[in-house]
Amino acid sequence: MRIGLTELNLRSAATLDEALEILRDEPRRPVAGATDVYVALNFGTTTDRKFLDIWALDELRGISASGDSIVIGALTTYTDLLRSREIQQRLPMLAAASQLVGGAQIQNRGTIGGNVANASPAGDSLPVLFVAEAVIVARSVEGERRIPIREFYTGYRKSVLRQDELIVSVEIPPVTGRQAFRKVGTRAAQAISKVAFAGVRGPEGPRLSYGSVGPTVVRVPMTEQALASGAGIDEAAKVLATEIKPIDDVRSTGEYRMRVAANLLRWFWKETAQPQH
Amino acid sequence: MPAVGNSVARKDGIGKATGAALYADDLSFPGMIHGRTIRSTVPKGIIKSIKFDFDTTGFTIVDFRDVPAKNAVDLMSQDQPFLAEKEVKHMAEPIVLLAHPDKEKLLAAKVVIEYEEQEPLFDPERSTESFKTINIVKGDVESGLAGADIIVEGTYRTGHQEHVYIEPNGVIAVPEEGGIAIHGSVQCPFYVIKALRCLLGSAHPNVRVIQTETGGGFGGKEEYPSMIAGHAVMLAIKSGRPVKIIYDRTEDMIATTKRHPSIVKHRTGVMRDGRIVGMDIDVIMDGGAYVTLSPTVLSRGCIHAAGPYRCDNTRIRGRAVFTNTPPNGAFRGFGAPQTLFAVEAHVDRVAEAIGMDPVEFRRMNALRPGDVTATGQTLKEDSSAIMVLDEAVRRTDFMRKRKEFKGTNRAIGLSLFFHGAGFTGAGELNLKSRARIDLTPTGVRIAVGSTEIGQGTRTMHAQIVTDALGIPYETVEVMQPDTSRVADSGPTVASRTCMVVGKILEECAYEMKEKLAGLSPADYYRKNGEMSVERMYTPPDWIKWDDAAYRGDAYATFGWGCDVAELTIDPDTYEVRIDKLTAVQEFGRPIHPALARGQIEGGTAQGLGYALLENVVMKNGAMANAQLTNYVIPTTLDIGEIDVVMLENPYPGGPFGAKGLGELPMDGPAPAVVNALRHFGLDVREIPATPERISTSAAA
Amino acid sequence: MNFKLNGATVNVAANPAARLLDVIREECHLTGTKEGCGEGECGACTVLVDGAPVCSCIIPVGQVAGAEVTTIEGLGGDHPLQKLFMNEVGAQCGICTPGMIMAAMTLSDKPTLDEIKVTLAGNLCRCTGYGAIYRAVLKWRGMPVPDEAGSAATA
Repeated sequence: MRIGLTELNLRSAATLDEALEILRDEPRRPVAGATDVYVALNFGTTTDRKFLDIWALDELRGISASGDSIVIGALTTYTDLLRSREIQQRLPMLAAASQLVGGAQIQNRGTIGGNVANASPAGDSLPVLFVAEAVIVARSVEGERRIPIREFYTGYRKSVLRQDELIVSVEIPPVTGRQAFRKVGTRAAQAISKVAFAGVRGPEGPRLSYGSVGPTVVRVPMTEQALASGAGIDEAAKVLATEIKPIDDVRSTGEYRMRVAANLLRWFWKETAQPQH
Repeated sequence: MPAVGNSVARKDGIGKATGAALYADDLSFPGMIHGRTIRSTVPKGIIKSIKFDFDTTGFTIVDFRDVPAKNAVDLMSQDQPFLAEKEVKHMAEPIVLLAHPDKEKLLAAKVVIEYEEQEPLFDPERSTESFKTINIVKGDVESGLAGADIIVEGTYRTGHQEHVYIEPNGVIAVPEEGGIAIHGSVQCPFYVIKALRCLLGSAHPNVRVIQTETGGGFGGKEEYPSMIAGHAVMLAIKSGRPVKIIYDRTEDMIATTKRHPSIVKHRTGVMRDGRIVGMDIDVIMDGGAYVTLSPTVLSRGCIHAAGPYRCDNTRIRGRAVFTNTPPNGAFRGFGAPQTLFAVEAHVDRVAEAIGMDPVEFRRMNALRPGDVTATGQTLKEDSSAIMVLDEAVRRTDFMRKRKEFKGTNRAIGLSLFFHGAGFTGAGELNLKSRARIDLTPTGVRIAVGSTEIGQGTRTMHAQIVTDALGIPYETVEVMQPDTSRVADSGPTVASRTCMVVGKILEECAYEMKEKLAGLSPADYYRKNGEMSVERMYTPPDWIKWDDAAYRGDAYATFGWGCDVAELTIDPDTYEVRIDKLTAVQEFGRPIHPALARGQIEGGTAQGLGYALLENVVMKNGAMANAQLTNYVIPTTLDIGEIDVVMLENPYPGGPFGAKGLGELPMDGPAPAVVNALRHFGLDVREIPATPERISTSAAA
Repeated sequence: MNFKLNGATVNVAANPAARLLDVIREECHLTGTKEGCGEGECGACTVLVDGAPVCSCIIPVGQVAGAEVTTIEGLGGDHPLQKLFMNEVGAQCGICTPGMIMAAMTLSDKPTLDEIKVTLAGNLCRCTGYGAIYRAVLKWRGMPVPDEAGSAATA
């Protein structure tokens, strides 16, 4: 049930420095586009009552190049991502994932930083960030931490992000090889994923990531290794079955998720068999 | 140009598109406070204690001891309390009501209820308590089956379906001079009146119900608004102030009614040449914890259970049973979508068993004029099974695609169905619906309790009156339903608002025309002042129905439909994409083609959701996915092209030949989709046919 | 705090954490914007913030400080798309209609059917099956309407 307004305290920061100072002084949950936070408040599923509005921090918006990497500001929305030529050309899988996040209303407000911070195993952009080996850049008044996404999550909706830290950007090193993204949702649009998959097939072997098959989004290194060392797809699928343990919930079943995860692996392997032109 | 048969300007005005139309939550009254319902959190138990863990100053608190007369929602039975007294029988059962001027304080108020929990019953097949049993017998089913070449058996299941009207339930009770007015999002204002009379007794005789603009109903606002109105009224009486109760989405989904889950077993005897010679059908509907409308839902379900087919030896047995789940209730189709899903999925299996094409099999066995239904009703000329079937097959190039899609990821399937219009059997006779037309200084005004809930009641009634009176459409007004001012035209349900209420209005208009004696309404009014004509419905005199034996003319007429589903199955994810759904439907005659098309497109979309997406997950007797994120209905991207074909075969007893239409489109999509899945090679016997179920079937 | 609502600057006293939807409906008394789900799922509460459609049920009003908010009332009473929604029966019960129309405001000048579907995918309608909504929008933009027929035949 909805949480009463009087209990809520939303403080707004005008600059990043101000935001970091506020976070240093007291724990406040950052609010960007509010698409996750306000759903939780409307349903009474969060105990947070103090919030920090960072929506106005324009310095955290935008997509830029830094050397070979793409730097995506934390407040960059899905709409920004799917319209970006840079993203369309270099990270088509991220554009594809962004397109499948909710309707236009959610794409206009949901941010990449929020998706990372929310730490949901169903976060739509996360499998892409896992196979792209993204680095999450977090800042506090004490300085900056650069955290590889594979080290970012520690459990269901838990991450290494400290209360005084704010995600400022996501850095994506160059990705070589063919990219693929599939989201299997509860319906064709406005859906939460039942299984999500991102894959890159590059010269040093494949990188594979799944969402919604465990408490966090995961890479599947053993399956990657099997394929890299020349195992057949059937054998790789068997390895995958030992590597993920999807569960039943209100949206799907563990059995279905497992079967589809294997099918998507086969699909990916077949789709990417021909080298890119 | 006549109004009937043309898509004239709607009587709704522009308000719905400008935001000016006022729905329940848009209304405010001086001194209004807000109400909240405290509900059970166990599926079965005895209430041990209720503790108010907040400062109760300024709160109005109501429990069963505040009931003025009788603590029972008066519907078909009086078994359901407005507020639980000692025991609770299902999750989310109302126990205590709170009201406060400040919504924030209301939300924060904490009520702790302790229960002595008892073992709940969730499995309808294990339930020993029936709200209603039905036994329809035609011929001798055992001898029919004994003479068959082949017997095909099967069990078919359907789940709950949630209405998901986009406006959740809400009412406001407003104390007024000498009584109480209820403003609310309701389908059946006079049902609310009946329930409130029982609740309030003689102490509060003057209650009236005014329907606000209503954001969808689909059956979901047929009976439950009586409960909410009772709650708001009790809070209003105790506080002496207007009380508004608006459910949020989760409360609406957890607490209010849904479509009955069903288990239908078929045993069908068939000859190798394709003739059906015996149908034995067993229907179970899960009624939930109270009777509500389950007996009539079961009734309609059973009457439609043999599908639109001829069979001399038929037995249909049904029971609606008790479980410790929130009561199920009315939902567009009212039992028929469940049983028609079962029989239509079964018929494809029967055809397959004798190696016959499903179209040919249906053509051979489909009911024609002069044929006799399971209840012994001889069908009249307005029966169109063959017409809709042939048109659907032709229009979709079904036979060619059936061959062409084999071995691909595409598939095609169809369903043939019918839907009885109006109340069952003697229902319309007993209902004694009334309608009225009043003269106004500029024309006439329609005064009926039938509600506009999006389907076009106002417009369609005005069209009928316009043409029957022969006056300009613009001079016909439609009164907002207010039970103190309009005639009780019966509930807005059962596809009866056009065919039955429209018919009374047509007769009123003819009578008025006679009384006008050639004058225009305005001239007559100037000369003679006010005039009203009120009439009661008279069903066709040939309708004979024996409720004890369940035999006779179940409905004055039926609408007929044939749906063809063309779809693509994703081999990796088992997701089904609807490429095209062709809905060929005959419903007498469309009064307003654009509105009629909207009924078919909208009902078809709901049917596709029912077929594929809409999965109520029950855990410990409560809906576990009670959010729109997790109970998903179709978006723009989930529905392919819907091709609507409206065929005409007028019903002489309807206004300008019209039959009922609202529910018919709901019946066809689910079996058409499942039969297409069968064409692809998947044996699915349960809906929703989610990718999870399809994947299990594919793996088997 | 201030923001622009349908062209006029409004000053509201609300807690910045209040939902934009509640401020529009209760403090500004514009009830054309509807609440269907409270979770950004149904789109009935869609308004435009600086021209972009958003769900006002999941936005704190503090985040629109200084922004331009447009609700259904901002279109006035005789916008051609409003009339088409009624004439084509794109509005049945009407509860999704204001949000649907606001989302449609962001369509390109010559939208294809696919573009319309994608643009309106965040707005649920339970009555129409969407067909009549597409017809209203296509006519508004002067685009050809497929399958105008819905052909009627007679027995």
